[in-house]
Amino acid sequence: MIQVRNLKKTFGPKVAVGGVTFKVEKGEVLGFLGPNGAGKSTTMRMITGFIPPTGGEAIIGGFNIVEHPIEAKRLMGYLPENAPSYADMTVAGFLGFAAELRGLSGSAKKKAVDRAVEMCFLENVLHQSVETLSKGYRHRTCFAQSIIHDPEVLILDEPTDGLDPNQKHEVRTLIRKMGQSKAIIFSTHILEEVEAVCSRAIIIDRGVIVANGTPAELKARSPQAGAITLRLSGGEPTGGVKAVRSKIESLSAVEQVNVISDSPLTLRVFARKNNASAELAAALSDLASKERWQITELHAEEGRLDEVFRNITLPDTKSGGKENQ
Amino acid sequence: MKPILTITKRELTGYFASPVAFVFIVIFLMLSGFFTFMVGGFFERGQASLESFFAWHPWLYLFLVPAVGMRMWSEERRLGTLELLLTMPVTPWQAILGKFFAAWLVVALALGLTFPIWLTVNYLGNPDNGIILAGYLGSFLMGGAYLSITAMTSAMTRNQVVAFIVSVVLSLFLILAGYPPVTNLLTAWASPLLVDAIAAFSVMTHFESIQKGVIDSRDILYFLSVIVFSLFTTGVIVRTHRAG
Repeated sequence: MIQVRNLKKTFGPKVAVGGVTFKVEKGEVLGFLGPNGAGKSTTMRMITGFIPPTGGEAIIGGFNIVEHPIEAKRLMGYLPENAPSYADMTVAGFLGFAAELRGLSGSAKKKAVDRAVEMCFLENVLHQSVETLSKGYRHRTCFAQSIIHDPEVLILDEPTDGLDPNQKHEVRTLIRKMGQSKAIIFSTHILEEVEAVCSRAIIIDRGVIVANGTPAELKARSPQAGAITLRLSGGEPTGGVKAVRSKIESLSAVEQVNVISDSPLTLRVFARKNNASAELAAALSDLASKERWQITELHAEEGRLDEVFRNITLPDTKSGGKENQ
Repeated sequence: MKPILTITKRELTGYFASPVAFVFIVIFLMLSGFFTFMVGGFFERGQASLESFFAWHPWLYLFLVPAVGMRMWSEERRLGTLELLLTMPVTPWQAILGKFFAAWLVVALALGLTFPIWLTVNYLGNPDNGIILAGYLGSFLMGGAYLSITAMTSAMTRNQVVAFIVSVVLSLFLILAGYPPVTNLLTAWASPLLVDAIAAFSVMTHFESIQKGVIDSRDILYFLSVIVFSLFTTGVIVRTHRAG
């Protein structure tokens, strides 16, 4: 549905986006991550046809956004950053205006407005003017505008920004639901959102894509991924922390052991080989039963997205150790 | 065509939801009454004509029309709704024309509401209604010309005050270039040909001849070309300067 090829944007000497290439198919929700000023919004603005690209192309459902802007824009719904809307209109008036610009009229228009109002929980404020609304309602009004014509492609620039936790949850549920039948790109700063909603994520830094994969793949790039966390029940184990540690370190599968807490004793054990966490877990539980340690917790770390994010987008300040806590 | 209409409708609700349109209409009516009767000497002339009424329009419009049009684009830019509007399936032209027509309709409405003054002259005497109609047409076109200039300045900035001041200055130039006290001054040191050429750019020259009842296609063409040129420039500005 969405094909972006080598999209570039420069503002004078400043390169905002330096050649971005990706694809989003129907049924995919693509999370767009990156630090502030990385070029997320600029990329979205080029895809939606608000600003012309300096180079490269964006093709929406077969239509190039520069050559056939009207056809391409018809397929798209767009929620710009900060969710702007006309303050002097009522919610119903604003959504009616959006529906009319999308070519809907009469009963089709009424149906579309009703549907969007219901999906975004706007019934209570339908006849209130936008300027009197709280931020959450304003945000949802603009969101309703983007889905009013049930578009095949949705571009959402920080759709959950400024919402309270309940509203965030509602919007995420909505995005996940719509993601089954649409191609969706959304940008966010909130990493758990990516895990909750996206089928794929792209991390962009200083105008270039630095990572592209499913949330699980990205998490696997975390240095912690595959490490085993081991917690032993209260009481001092025989020989104290040091003894336990050295016994674990003597296992052949173990690369490094970090003590996270002394009481109850919690350790993080890193495997010598990649993707060997199952093997390592087995070795650890064997050792524990031999030494009669009481295990209360033993699990493999999935890796953490925020760590991956930090490591990828801040290569200069990357810390050497495996544990960043 | 339909998107233009939709945008015009939205803009009109915008004008009437805020006090802008009402304030413009009321002040225009009050001032035009004041100037016509108190300053223009409507009664003292002893003529059944609206000359004293139309003569003030270039000056009234100078401040009132930019006040109507200054929000046209700068407000969209300031609120970020420009991004919304231009990512809808509408061309920039449709947006420009839709907005322009809405503002022009507000001006036309104010002008239309001066009809009591037309009833008054018809009650008092036998004016040449053709000349009066020509005057209204000229005034309407002149309002459109000022408005298109305001549209252009409004597209350049997100600040309405800047848009207002720049369009007043540009409009003032269009008035003064053909304003007799200025042209008389110019003839003292410039060749009459040059003075005439400069005066040809002025709304005064063209408005005055229409207002006398002479509907010359050149005068109509002048106003239309000011409108087309300004709106074309607006289009260039809107398209090149979107992300500002």
